[in-house]
Amino acid sequence: MASADKDQIQERMTEALESFGADREAINRDADWESLDIDSLDLVELAQIVEEEYGVQMKEEDMKNMKTVGDAVDFVSERAKS
Amino acid sequence: MADVNDGPEGCALVTGASRGIGAAIARGLAEDGWTVGVNYRKDQEGAEKVVEEIESGGGSALALQADVSDPAAADALFPPLEERFGTVLVLVNNAGMRADGLAPQLEDDAWDRVIDTNLSAAFRLTRRALRGMMRARFGRVVNIASIVGQRANPGQANYAASKAGMIAFTGTVAAEVARRSVTVNAVAPGLVDTELTEGIGDELLRAIPARRAGTPEEVAACVRFLASDAASYVNGTTLTVDGGMTA
Repeated sequence: MASADKDQIQERMTEALESFGADREAINRDADWESLDIDSLDLVELAQIVEEEYGVQMKEEDMKNMKTVGDAVDFVSERAKS
Repeated sequence: MADVNDGPEGCALVTGASRGIGAAIARGLAEDGWTVGVNYRKDQEGAEKVVEEIESGGGSALALQADVSDPAAADALFPPLEERFGTVLVLVNNAGMRADGLAPQLEDDAWDRVIDTNLSAAFRLTRRALRGMMRARFGRVVNIASIVGQRANPGQANYAASKAGMIAFTGTVAAEVARRSVTVNAVAPGLVDTELTEGIGDELLRAIPARRAGTPEEVAACVRFLASDAASYVNGTTLTVDGGMTA
């Protein structure tokens, strides 16, 4: 999935976050986890999806620096290309 | 197959299932409609016999060799099951061992082997299983603990610590994953008639209100309940099955 672009990654993440219970309307690059009611277990599952589908490992220390959807999309996008 | 679970398509994995309680659990889950991974360490013949029994009853099973104390065991157990039967939706951490001795004389090796096999293996396999269970929004982890994890039994400091650890682990993991409809429970057998309890004398039987040892099938019945849809709201608990011994 080296060619995955940001839009595609964001769409996949939106789908995942929605499945965790987040309101699709509220999901955008600037939305933070708290406002979406996304908790640590959701982030663990998001990391699992990202690893399986993009081959990118999101470790706990990485996730600490990700506050918003955009942070996560950028993280995956940068690593999926390399 | 009777009473097929309504959960998503998948299978069950029982560790240490070539004999005793594990074999009874594997046979019981197969009766409930699960395809069962029958893990064994050395007793291939025993595991294959369990598989044959399940198949002759119209069920489906697969014998899988792995020493669960090996950190790589999850890689030997999960992929073969997942490829053939789908997500492992029921994990029964049953494999266990004893290496008894009074604490002042207990060797490091006896401590480490028991903790590795009984506790660390349960953690690693549960960690691996939860990935699929969380995604499936259904999962049942059942840890076979022991009443020795809840009350003293001189000569088994290592075994007791491993089983008490398992009980504490059970509750905490249950609280972590409950909202994905995954349950994590423990079953704490008392004296059960298996090879592991051979040599335990009649004196102990007098301490059991039921005046007898339990059977592997009586322990399996508890696991079958906890693995069923009927137990969907039972989470993080330890079900004692001991003939009233700790009552």
